[in-house]
Amino acid sequence: MIKRFWTIFIARNKEYYRDKAAFGWNFIFPFLIISGFSVIFQRGGELDYKIGIIPAKSNDKSAVNIIIDKKDYKFFTFIDFNDSDIAFDKLIHHKIDLIIEKNSMPVKYWITDTSPKGIIAESLLLKKLYEKNYANIKKESIQGVQIDYLNWFFPGIISMSMMFSALFGVGYTIVRYRKNGVLKRLNATPLTAFEFLSAQIASRLFLIISTNTLLFVGCIYVFEFSCLGSYIELLIFFSLGTISIISLGLIVAARISSEELAHGVLNFFTWPMMFLSEVWFSLEGAPLWLKNFSNILPLTHVTNGLRKIMNEGATLNVLGYEICILILMSIIFMMIGSLFFKWT
Amino acid sequence: MSNILEIKNLVKHYSGVKAVNDISMSIKSGICFGLLGPNGAGKTTTIEIAEGIIKPDFGEILYKEKPLGSLFYEETGIQFQHTSLLSFLTVKETLITFKNLYKKTIDFDYLVDVCKLEDIYNQYNDKISGGQKQRLMLAISLINDPDLIFLDEPTTGLDPQSRHHLWDIIESIKSNGKTIILTTHYMEEAEFLCDEIVILDKGKIIAQGSPEELLNNKSNKVTISIPEENIKNSIIKYHENNSLFSEIKYNKLQKKYNIHTYDVNQCLNTLLYDGVNLSNILIRSHNLEDLFLELTGKILRE
Repeated sequence: MIKRFWTIFIARNKEYYRDKAAFGWNFIFPFLIISGFSVIFQRGGELDYKIGIIPAKSNDKSAVNIIIDKKDYKFFTFIDFNDSDIAFDKLIHHKIDLIIEKNSMPVKYWITDTSPKGIIAESLLLKKLYEKNYANIKKESIQGVQIDYLNWFFPGIISMSMMFSALFGVGYTIVRYRKNGVLKRLNATPLTAFEFLSAQIASRLFLIISTNTLLFVGCIYVFEFSCLGSYIELLIFFSLGTISIISLGLIVAARISSEELAHGVLNFFTWPMMFLSEVWFSLEGAPLWLKNFSNILPLTHVTNGLRKIMNEGATLNVLGYEICILILMSIIFMMIGSLFFKWT
Repeated sequence: MSNILEIKNLVKHYSGVKAVNDISMSIKSGICFGLLGPNGAGKTTTIEIAEGIIKPDFGEILYKEKPLGSLFYEETGIQFQHTSLLSFLTVKETLITFKNLYKKTIDFDYLVDVCKLEDIYNQYNDKISGGQKQRLMLAISLINDPDLIFLDEPTTGLDPQSRHHLWDIIESIKSNGKTIILTTHYMEEAEFLCDEIVILDKGKIIAQGSPEELLNNKSNKVTISIPEENIKNSIIKYHENNSLFSEIKYNKLQKKYNIHTYDVNQCLNTLLYDGVNLSNILIRSHNLEDLFLELTGKILRE
């Protein structure tokens, strides 16, 4: 059994690494995305800014009418926080761009100095306040470590790149094998479905880990990214996340024999994950149902976990929730994929 | 001689159509068994059920008197009609990959030699010609030194030279005591290679036996081919209902009349009496192609 597993593992690896165009693109694509964003966010970019409103200690209500007059701030989304600590945590993690203290005079606000969006939001806020002749404004300092925006963004890109490679690399490849008869040929040997599928998972895991390690090292060297947590724990968590997404790919690969249909179904999975797993932007301020939907996407938990390890130095003990969810999802996806798998 | 494979009462439907309709047959060890039939006759469905690739709606397959299981997959080799291999692997790597999937393997040098793979051994398998690919697929089907080999139209699409080359290989496999189940579109291939033949049509067996038995029992007619210019149209019309001429057909392409008869002497005497010029005529006994046409009403490649 091990011999057959190893044989398919090696054959698939050779097939992947010798396809220079596919291999090159898998490596270059996420690198290009990061490069592009590093350029964009040096200049400032997005139009939607999330402003957290925290309660003030003072009872002076003179400032609040100016600040929360939403018609004046069409680029701002205001989010109320009852707990200031939660708001500051979200500011540090780039989930909101600026915090204003409600009902305070002078008007107190906070931004993360490394956040391009925060800096733009600050400019817009100050401009409006000056137009209203409010000069009594005070910028406050954030306590604790601030996370550089690109450092926050980087784990999202790594997880997104992994998602595409895992879903298309397994789902699409197996569908192609089925369509052109490779699976039929393998089915005529003593190879079992379990051996074949586990070799596919292992091979893709190995390929993703190796290409992302290269990407990681390259980005650390070029963009000076940092990882506060343990590299070993990062690798373990990343591997678990990868297995969960590959397992999702197995569901797509279980029966489909048309590449066009597989492409559509894979897009059905990848697009929501790309936009709702907080890879590009935070869902802070989004409706509750959308946040709940985001939580059923494996990539959300992968991205959260990676950010916690890389940005906050979290250990695996702290990531118990994400780990349990990803293990559970992997088991469920694998069971569905195996149960429905057809060779031909 | 014991049976290596027994097919019992197979039934298979596709979208309400009976592709295989209660087929039973036994295949003896060490023979080349031919499965013939026009397109849609059910031969690929039958062979794929026998290979364990698709499940029948009814019936069973016994390999060495046991239902298909791990022993069957270890001891059989299959060459499919249409298949692909993993990309970016050389012929050598492809063979090694398949070799590692089995417990028992054949001597590699022998395999490369018998399937004539020396020249392409280190080439990528998607860069080789059709004939070379068929030889590689045949080599893969032999890699586990199988007792039973399924060959599903192994020579379709090959040029005559490659086809005859593959026949030689199949002959040499047969001489080693292996059992071969062969489907083919080519009657001369079946006549040359097969010890026993089953002809299928509309999902049913319509004839079974050795090529000689089939020809002797089912068809002892002779065909006389006469060039168009040798015979007058009025004579053809005159003899259309003559029982001596069991069938007269005009071949447009060859511009010849083909007269089928059971009594060649009397037929020739009659034609001479009618003043037909017998120069350049061709007389041949019926072959499997003729028998097939007679039984199914179709030529094999339809």
